[in-house]
Amino acid sequence: MYVYRPHDKQLLNERVAQFRDQTRRFLDGQLSNDEFLPLRLQNGLYIQRYAPMLRVSVPYGMLSSTQLRMLGRIAREWDKGYAHVSTRQNIQYNWPDLEDVPDILAALAEVEMHAIQTSGNCIRNVTTDEFAGINAAEIEDPRPWCEIIRQWATFNPEFAYLPRKFKIAVNAVPDADPALIGVHDIGVQIVHRGGETGFQVLAGGGLGRTPMVGEVIGDFVPWPHLLSYLEAILRVYNKYGNRDNKYKARIKILVKALGAEKFRALTEAEFAELKDGPMTLTAEEVDVMRGHFSEPAYDPSLTNRPAALEQALASNKAFNRWFHTNVTAHRQPGYAAVTLTLKKTGRAPGDLTDEEFDAVADLADQFSFAEARTTHQQNIVLGDVRQDQLFPLWEKLDALGFATPNLKLLTDMIACPGGDFCSLANAKSIPIAEAIQRHFDDMDYLHDLGPIDVNISGCMNACGHHHIGHIGILGVDKKGREYYQITLGGRGDKVSKIGEKLGPSFDADQVVPVIARLVDLYVEQRKPGELFIDTYERLGIEPFKERAYATDH
Amino acid sequence: MPQIIKDGAIVEDRWQWLDAEALAAQQALPEGAVIVPLAYWQAHRDSLKARGDVAVCLEPGEEPVALADDLADLPMVAIHFPAFKDGRGYSYARELRTRYGFKGEIRALGDVLRDQLFYLQRVGFNAFVIRADRDIHDALNGLKDFSVTYQGDVHDPRPIYRRH
Repeated sequence: MYVYRPHDKQLLNERVAQFRDQTRRFLDGQLSNDEFLPLRLQNGLYIQRYAPMLRVSVPYGMLSSTQLRMLGRIAREWDKGYAHVSTRQNIQYNWPDLEDVPDILAALAEVEMHAIQTSGNCIRNVTTDEFAGINAAEIEDPRPWCEIIRQWATFNPEFAYLPRKFKIAVNAVPDADPALIGVHDIGVQIVHRGGETGFQVLAGGGLGRTPMVGEVIGDFVPWPHLLSYLEAILRVYNKYGNRDNKYKARIKILVKALGAEKFRALTEAEFAELKDGPMTLTAEEVDVMRGHFSEPAYDPSLTNRPAALEQALASNKAFNRWFHTNVTAHRQPGYAAVTLTLKKTGRAPGDLTDEEFDAVADLADQFSFAEARTTHQQNIVLGDVRQDQLFPLWEKLDALGFATPNLKLLTDMIACPGGDFCSLANAKSIPIAEAIQRHFDDMDYLHDLGPIDVNISGCMNACGHHHIGHIGILGVDKKGREYYQITLGGRGDKVSKIGEKLGPSFDADQVVPVIARLVDLYVEQRKPGELFIDTYERLGIEPFKERAYATDH
Repeated sequence: MPQIIKDGAIVEDRWQWLDAEALAAQQALPEGAVIVPLAYWQAHRDSLKARGDVAVCLEPGEEPVALADDLADLPMVAIHFPAFKDGRGYSYARELRTRYGFKGEIRALGDVLRDQLFYLQRVGFNAFVIRADRDIHDALNGLKDFSVTYQGDVHDPRPIYRRH
């Protein structure tokens, strides 16, 4: 992970001092609500339904065991004993007191963490593939590029008061989109073309009220010009983005209104002035940034599928099942990445208690070079586990309740905190997730169904990414009652694709029966080897619509 | 005389800012240093240039390109923030400094508050008329919030990894 240098730490300390003073002035009445609003938002602090919500930045999802323990300590001392992994790999606390937030930020700064630009109309935390650096399919490690972007974006003086929030994601895997770059304000695809590294730059993707997949604006931006090109896009957006209507203020609306051609022309005009200027990167600088990322001390003598693993796979059926769902291949021979699914029935997806933070930290120390990762699917990954240690690790995970072998299966749902916590929500999402988990509790059946992405959002803001779920569930409010609209065919796996609405929305108690009917249709109609999404794409929405609204079932 | 923050210090200020409405209420442009709207400048450019003590205020949506040919004759460009959350003026100031090489004063007018000053000075503003209901001495502290910056700015275009 990125190793802090003294100036990184000093910057955090100065930020804490600044926010401490801003909070004091707000509480003294020297700053109005309106004036304090963007200041607290750019420190990750929302005022939510019952209390403030603090969103802590986790760059590239990477956490050291020291950081995990601090997150647990904050949950214990300043919250109600738990925290939530968000779909942008950040950590959220739902119950801090406003007065305590400067102290929480100071505690985070002690372990090189912060809440900088995790909300507000600025450039948010840069994200990438949660398996960055260990994914055998990536053409290079995207994280140094992410960090170059992060440092450009952090306290960028020109782009702190944008029309709306702005999210950038970077992907280094060809033919797949694990970072969901297609649905980000800017998506950066690292490409190698003719021996040269460059970036295909997309702009104007996003979920929320008007979901769309981004347009290619820069087909191949040579690597030295990455920041100049991003700056050009941001300047166009800052000058011309809609500021009158917050629902039309995202860059996707600007790209759509101007058309990709015109937007590209404006970007190219800005870029022409910036190109070859002081933002141009040098090979040495990129190498230095690569050097700031530590590499685990892998044992080079290890090989894949060691005897200890083969033996455990042959002798333990439960371990075998878990291995095939929750263990991911690693680029380093003899190692594997292990996903702990945080989807316990009856708990909000992505929630971790303070004790669980400590337990994960201990496991990271023992099995994974003292590091762990958060994922956009709201799980935790131990990224660098020796394959001959998978069985002992599994035994410990099983005892802790983290070995549910349901990664990517129907019950490994993504859900926002919903109406139980969030003041923006139109409807609850956690009870819906729980009802689905209770209904689909037969592990053999779930494995037979295979991977199905179910995503639940409590409102149009789409924090649960419902548009890109194979089955998306959106909470809507109609005259004070909660209903749920279902979309099908969204994708956030190999490609980014926006799902299609099934039809009129359902009562809360209809959601589970409808999903069961959709799944039944898939089981009846699937061809050998077909996943739910494949069958859907082959048949189209009509038969699913018919089945969902059929009354004789 | 009113006080403003200029070049990092609190100073007395002689400039009078007339927006379109204030200007319409006047018989003629008053004597002394005066800041006028872009439209007024464009309508009376030649006579105003001769005076030498006339500056132009850009509103959100009025880009520096409109002044590209006039900058050599302008002692100051003011940028109005009707609301501090409207960040267009940040890009305008940056363009004035880096694209057009404008060396004169860039002044922030309107909803100008302590907690935005650090960023405003980095994109090229060097003068700030702090909102009347706020303590200008308190606002001055806002220029010094950080000693560390990652990216370059109009004062030093080098990113931190190039400043040795």
